[in-house]
Amino acid sequence: MQGQRSKTVWQWPESNWRNPEIDWKNAEFVTVGIDVGSVSAQAVIVADGEILAYGNVRCGWDGAESALKACRSALQAAGDLPGERFDFCIGTGYGRVNIPLAHRTLTEIACHARGAHYLHGPDVRTVLDVGGQDIKAIRCDEKGKVVTFLMNDKCAAGTGRGMEVFADLLGIPVTEVGDRSFRFEGNAPAALSNDCVVYARSEAMGLIRQGWRVERVLAAYCTGMAQRIYALLERTGVTSQWAVTGGMAKNRGVINRLAAMIGVEDMKTPWDPQIAGAAGAALFAHTLCRKGKAKRR
Amino acid sequence: MGIFAGIDCGVKHTKTVLMKDKKILGKGTGLTGFDLKKAAEKSLEAALNAAGIRREEVGRIAGTGSGAHLLTIANLRVDPRDAMAGAARHAFPGVRTVIDVGAEEGRAARLDEHGNPVDFVVNERCAAGAGIFIETIARILDVSMEETGRLFFESEKKIPLNAQCVVFAESEVVGLIHADTPRSDIIRAVFEAMAGRIASMIRRIGVLPEVMMIGEVAYNPGLVHALKHELKTETIRIPDAPEFGAAVGAALFAAQKGASA
Repeated sequence: MQGQRSKTVWQWPESNWRNPEIDWKNAEFVTVGIDVGSVSAQAVIVADGEILAYGNVRCGWDGAESALKACRSALQAAGDLPGERFDFCIGTGYGRVNIPLAHRTLTEIACHARGAHYLHGPDVRTVLDVGGQDIKAIRCDEKGKVVTFLMNDKCAAGTGRGMEVFADLLGIPVTEVGDRSFRFEGNAPAALSNDCVVYARSEAMGLIRQGWRVERVLAAYCTGMAQRIYALLERTGVTSQWAVTGGMAKNRGVINRLAAMIGVEDMKTPWDPQIAGAAGAALFAHTLCRKGKAKRR
Repeated sequence: MGIFAGIDCGVKHTKTVLMKDKKILGKGTGLTGFDLKKAAEKSLEAALNAAGIRREEVGRIAGTGSGAHLLTIANLRVDPRDAMAGAARHAFPGVRTVIDVGAEEGRAARLDEHGNPVDFVVNERCAAGAGIFIETIARILDVSMEETGRLFFESEKKIPLNAQCVVFAESEVVGLIHADTPRSDIIRAVFEAMAGRIASMIRRIGVLPEVMMIGEVAYNPGLVHALKHELKTETIRIPDAPEFGAAVGAALFAAQKGASA
């Protein structure tokens, strides 16, 4: 098993936040979306269709406990908001079947499209969600509704988990991987020849032993990941207005290289791109409340 | 007839056999590491020592395996399918399907009634059908590779493994450990998943009896059992020292070439 040493190194930091400009007391509806993924869970609280607060936490083995942890984190940020004030809660993500607070569930595909539509703006037409365990390329319309999507959830190549394994191997905080991948000397290296994370790990160890600097290895790995993601995006077709959600959105080492392959910059957002799924779920919950269709089961 | 050497340069180990008159005189192994020329020299030397013969007595040296193109001491390079066919002819003539699963690669060849390779498939892109999967899980479960083969048969319950990827399976197995799942059940789930991957590769060329398996993974009776089940075959024949199978095949190929030259 992995030692304690690495435990803090490769993990990304948890966070929560509250929008100081919104007062939930005046809101007609307060809804919540909870996204339980394979390595992280988020809860987003929405007051009348605007994000009031969110919590972004690492997952444990227990999906139900992870959902509660994310929710507690969001409530803590929200301050005086009592949990009983929630009008409706929608669960989404890989672990959505096991969220105790959820009144209903939706697929993460729908939620990520809707969330990106809010976080990145209504111009977004292609949403690339790169999470811990899968990559989704989603095409959506002007309302944030899914038109088509493709997904890779069989293989760790190109996923956040693959990146964590790599960061762990090199002993580098996962949050620094992107920046350091640009700090190599000389010509840019070609992508690693292996897609498979297990083989890429051996290949990287070989390069380090040959005297490669860590930054150069990171550059080769990030290039390979960008190529891998690009192959999926190419199959759905990329529009010029494209956005990235999920943890990988924070890794510029991969995303900037991907943008160069596409030839168009990705859309930026001031929000934490990891909350897109939960935000989408909370926004769907708000729509249901407004239409009087929020039936609790 | 002279003495011939077959060197199989794998990702993890380099294996050498010395053969004369279709009989094995000596075997040697070296860790491939990052200097496969050194590994080849080392394994050849070990084989020479074991056989008690001098380097000068060796006629032709044949190289095969994933690093064969870098082997400078070899006089000829043997295609993996010819090496597999040679291994079959040497151990069990009549075999029609040869499976070779090593540390990081899996291969299969279908042979015609004369033992010539007619179809071939290889997986070198995904770790889920290779020996490294067993190694990874053994490490997480803190058991030796040998123990995994034994523990497999102690399993009392079939549990599914959702992950198809070694990296995801690692996380899933840690979850199973947390849920107090017996190690034997976890190993069975992993082996069944792995056998499924290997079998789906082999099915692309078709499975004809008899089936033979070489490569280091053939040492694991649990995995072989799971593979038999997946392939719906009653027996999988395994030669002595299966990890030297491809090297034996290569040496035989060198001998044939020598005879015809």
